[in-house]
Amino acid sequence: MTNAGLLALLSHWRHNPMQLFTLVVALSLATALWSGVQAVNTEARASYDAAAETLGEGMFAQIIASTGTIPQEDFIALRRAGWLVSPVVEGRLDGIRLIGIDALTSPGGLAPVGLSDGKLTIEMITRGILFATQETLERLGEVDVRKFPSSDVAPAVILTDVGTAQILLGLDGQISRLIVAPQQPIIQPPLEVIAPNFELIPPQSGSDMGRLTDSFHLNLTAFGLLSFIVGIFIVHGAIGLAFEQRRPAIRTLRALGFPLVHLIALIVFELVGISVLAGMIGVGLGYFMAAALLPDVAATISGLYGQSISGTLHFRPEWWVSGLLIAVGGTALAAAASLWRLACMPLLASARPHAWAMQARRSRLIQTVFAMFLLVAASLLGWLGSGLVAGFAMLAALLIGAALALPVILDGLLAAGERHAKSIMEEWFWADTRQQLPGLSLALMALLIAMATNVGVSTMVSSFRLTFTGFLDQRLASEFYVYADDAQQAASLRAYLELRVDKVLPIQSANQDIRGLPSDIYGPVAHATYRDNWLFLDAVPDAWALIEAGQAAAINEQLARRAGIVIGDEITIAGQPFKVVGIYGDYGNPIGQVIITEAKFAALFPDISPLRFGVRIDPSRVTALSLDLGADFGLTEVNMINQAGIKAFSLAVFDRTFTVTGALNILTLAVAGFAILMSLLTLANMRIPQLAPVWAQGITRARLGRLEIVRAVLLALLTTALALPLGLSLAWTLLAVVNVEAFGWRLPMFLFPLDYARLAAFAVAAAAIAALWPATKLARTRPVDLLKVFANER
Amino acid sequence: MNARVFLLLLWPITASAQGFAGLGTDVDGFSSPQRPAQFDFPIDHGPHYDYRIEWWYLTANLEGLDGTPYGLQWTLFRSALTSNVGKGWSSPQLWMGHAAVTTPDAHFVTERLARGGIGQAGVQADPFEAWIDDWQLVGPDFATLTMTASGPDFAYDMVLNSDGPLVFHGDEGYSVKSAEGQASYYYSQPFYAIEGTLILPMGSIDVAGDAWLDREWSSQPLSDNQTGWDWFSLSLEDGKLMGFRLRQTDGSYYTSATWIDPNGTTTSYSNSAFEADPVAVSDVGGRDVPTTWNVRLPDRGVDVEVTAINPQAWMDTSVPYWEGPIIVQGSHTGRGYLEMTGYD
Amino acid sequence: MLLSVSDLHKSYAGPDGHLPVLRGIKMLLARGETLALTGESGSGKSTLLHIIGGLDQPDSGIVAVDGVDIGAMDDAGRAGMRRDKVGVVFQQFNLIPSLTVESNIGFQARLSGRLDQNWIKELADRLGLSAQLGKHPEQLSGGQQQRVAIARTLAAKPALILADEPTGNLDEETADKVMELMMTLAIETDSALLLVTHSHRLAGRMGRRLHLRAGQIERAEE
Repeated sequence: MTNAGLLALLSHWRHNPMQLFTLVVALSLATALWSGVQAVNTEARASYDAAAETLGEGMFAQIIASTGTIPQEDFIALRRAGWLVSPVVEGRLDGIRLIGIDALTSPGGLAPVGLSDGKLTIEMITRGILFATQETLERLGEVDVRKFPSSDVAPAVILTDVGTAQILLGLDGQISRLIVAPQQPIIQPPLEVIAPNFELIPPQSGSDMGRLTDSFHLNLTAFGLLSFIVGIFIVHGAIGLAFEQRRPAIRTLRALGFPLVHLIALIVFELVGISVLAGMIGVGLGYFMAAALLPDVAATISGLYGQSISGTLHFRPEWWVSGLLIAVGGTALAAAASLWRLACMPLLASARPHAWAMQARRSRLIQTVFAMFLLVAASLLGWLGSGLVAGFAMLAALLIGAALALPVILDGLLAAGERHAKSIMEEWFWADTRQQLPGLSLALMALLIAMATNVGVSTMVSSFRLTFTGFLDQRLASEFYVYADDAQQAASLRAYLELRVDKVLPIQSANQDIRGLPSDIYGPVAHATYRDNWLFLDAVPDAWALIEAGQAAAINEQLARRAGIVIGDEITIAGQPFKVVGIYGDYGNPIGQVIITEAKFAALFPDISPLRFGVRIDPSRVTALSLDLGADFGLTEVNMINQAGIKAFSLAVFDRTFTVTGALNILTLAVAGFAILMSLLTLANMRIPQLAPVWAQGITRARLGRLEIVRAVLLALLTTALALPLGLSLAWTLLAVVNVEAFGWRLPMFLFPLDYARLAAFAVAAAAIAALWPATKLARTRPVDLLKVFANER
Repeated sequence: MNARVFLLLLWPITASAQGFAGLGTDVDGFSSPQRPAQFDFPIDHGPHYDYRIEWWYLTANLEGLDGTPYGLQWTLFRSALTSNVGKGWSSPQLWMGHAAVTTPDAHFVTERLARGGIGQAGVQADPFEAWIDDWQLVGPDFATLTMTASGPDFAYDMVLNSDGPLVFHGDEGYSVKSAEGQASYYYSQPFYAIEGTLILPMGSIDVAGDAWLDREWSSQPLSDNQTGWDWFSLSLEDGKLMGFRLRQTDGSYYTSATWIDPNGTTTSYSNSAFEADPVAVSDVGGRDVPTTWNVRLPDRGVDVEVTAINPQAWMDTSVPYWEGPIIVQGSHTGRGYLEMTGYD
Repeated sequence: MLLSVSDLHKSYAGPDGHLPVLRGIKMLLARGETLALTGESGSGKSTLLHIIGGLDQPDSGIVAVDGVDIGAMDDAGRAGMRRDKVGVVFQQFNLIPSLTVESNIGFQARLSGRLDQNWIKELADRLGLSAQLGKHPEQLSGGQQQRVAIARTLAAKPALILADEPTGNLDEETADKVMELMMTLAIETDSALLLVTHSHRLAGRMGRRLHLRAGQIERAEE
């Protein structure tokens, strides 16, 4: 009986292969977009998590010695005093960063290697092994230690045991730095008592950019999710249609004594089968998509944030699992309503298939109410909500509310068009378009979300780019930066530079608590460099003049937000009052920052002398200067930053980011275009009875076909127009709500009308292309098929 | 005598990133315990690097001023990755410390790991000192010790004094662990009086009681067909009893026990003389762990019920096990410690 | 002559090769005339009507409406002829579902630029549709829908009215009423009416009758 039932159900697909195709393709594409974005994210994260976890960069507090390296005895002394610290020995071997850690005490363990392989562990500890990616190992010359390729190690890094690193780097008995475990004993003497020369660096200070990276990934994830929603709308439509059309078959089966529960189980089984199939195709597609995108993303992230990630993709089993889960879950979501209706359908209910369109029209009222509810909820969340979850909930409510409201709004617009129609053909065009609306609304909702997502993400990425390049201009205003190792070197460096360059700008800072928040106080030299390049988010006129006068200060956004400081407020630094005259963006910095004039800084912090210098110099002389500094002071590239190089690289990297978002944009629009195509093809058969009377009264098939395309383009245009404000709200939510909740700073939003126009053109083109085939088919309908509509059923 | 360590060193441990994983079950290059056992003190209180594994294992039954019972554990394990000698970081010696405090309704556990050869952990025999990080068990000699340990949510500082002799298990300290003849060197100091302060999240508590220190070393003491271990140390009115039961894959057991008179005189019991059967099982984090036992040594008329003071005394360490204080009732009354492995 | 058909042939591709439907039809029809086409199912009477209405193309022969040969027209030409010269009423699904009754009635008249509001009002009145003008076709009964179709055809004042079993779905009483109205109005507007029917009773009310059998005119009755 089960077999017979299953065959009866499956025969539907044999007669409607297009529906099955739509379902599988939509679900595959949705899964592909989701898993592709996830793959890119996972891969990128895996790469630098491997580094961060092992090296304790950013995640953990660290201890360094002001004298350079830490004697190994001091490490033991710290441990024996109850300080749970783990040694790191690092340096360069053949120019490649070599890091030695102790797997037993490292808070992150030896994640990239894994101690499950006992033999490897024994060898690593007793004889030494160098772990690195294959590419990195190939760059390494002859070493008397076994090389072991591992894709879990961050690129361009060699990981080994601390003992091996000491030998290879000639640092016997020396430790470069200590990682402080996040959990420390209940009783512990203060650090100063055990090791007065050591400095404790709080977590994150080493990786300001990590937060920006997270922001980038969060946004990519949002993109993936939104793309998936687009797909699910289509799947929902396809499943709904299939269910409606199968009502007679289901009624017959039930009348034959097939239990409803059994039947539902069969359908669930069938849907799971289809979704697993589609999920597998989707994960495969996603993999190729990610593989194609990843080199760009890798370059983007390493350039942006100095995090190097591997440019190659490793197929991770978790994608299969998550991809299949999301495909099955998405199908469940899309099928829930249909299954519910089926479960509630009385045995003797009409077997006549209701047109899906009619069904949609009947639920129009409920939909409107629900859409209103969601949109009101979205505004309430934006107004009153706080927290990341509220931000995401707002996004979801906004998008789904807008999608549900779309048919209602479109219907209103079309009705207005109908009222203002001059000729009967115009009147018919508007009325007929209205009639098509229910059948097309799911596809149009998909287009709306796809378009809004693209507008949102383009705005976000472009705003990100503008902000970030502006920020680079501001922070790296000097052509060249030099870092001295100690005060003595700093003094001679300064004297040396002042004879050779246009201006030396010392950079000095002190740690202070401002309104209870840890902050860095900076005292830059008054110079046009700052006045010209420093952008304020909010400031009084002539802010720099007031700061230079000595009684005023500028603070970063983080401090302003956390301490609730606004322009005109007063803050106290080392007992001195300062009026806040400017607030500036300080992206990626986790702590507060204050800028006061150099004279005030020197008066308040007489003990601090600058170690870092910005150098204003003709850019063409930068290379020569860095060579001179290398020769005269033994400074290495670590101590010098060439601003022009960094900026050029970041811009190049941003362009690659655009390639990635551009590719994703086109993909999502293609998915929406596919939805329109499938909806139009489904509607095509229902269209004949609607068009035949018009044709019979003297309109050519060719004209009707053209009107079909015009109709699709019109609907796409209206949808696109509605998507624009929605996309901008989306971008605003991402930049001003989600980002603030997640990272504490707000990215300013810029508008990019040209990008939007281009996207709209894409969307309209997608709709026109989607309508082309159905319209051509319609224009070529044989008269005899049109006449069948009127034929007598005798 | 703490079987868990045997097990953790001999079982394939895949999930543990930092455990003493990957040790082969061969004894190549290491010494094996030989009969008759011969000890040389105080040297034998120190490490025996030619054996693969070794420990200094102290458990204590304590009582606060208000009569609340507490349990305390301080353990230092040594494990050699190879029998080669290596200096500094390349030393094959690894050290692992476990410390715990058990109250009737809470159980505090912490773990430390260290490489040998760099001074972060170790043991020296004379004057006696065993340490890992800031934890230590130290004294002018083995009879007079101070002991400290600390974790994220607890710490303790104790003084120990023993008035009895060392006690040797099995055949004068040669302790057989299976019918196939696997064995270890095993002696104890069960006669410590202990007092000091527990620092717990709820405050400091002054406590006093008695403690039992186990010393054991070997290279391959368990046989392949042994799956877990139940170990008892009981302090009764007329003596002390150490007994263990090794569970075997076929459902049978291998048992061994030592009866210790108050003056330190011992009687060893070989397989089957000692019996222990679970009476009640507790749900410990989703695992079924027997926390009430019927323990018998018919030769001494012992037939008691042993109950955990806190059934949730789970050691959530690299290799997890159950270890906690117990109350003894029945033919004899008293208190003691129970250790169970192989229930995770 | 409004309509002249000579030597008209038409065949359709069938499973067993070409299936001749019309084999040398010849007929004439003048303004103000009424003509019934009768015949069994498959005799070719609907096909003939479709070709005359510019809805289908002949294989050979001449079909001239107002002296212009339909066979020589392209798609657009035939559409123009349908719009301007012909009004067709089918048995069912004549109406455009998305438009109101009022818009449906005015559709062809407006397309052909012959909109006469007073005439439409009068038609609606006489066909008893005045109360239904704001409704959509799906809200009407079958008889009402056919009356709307007739009103639509007459509103455009076509020279030639083609009706293919216009009352086939209606009960006899309603059918008679609708038929009566159509004939009266056709005569009033000086249109020619060509009615395809298998009902001898209806055919009997037409001025002339042609009986088709196997694609040929079997007999003609005055």
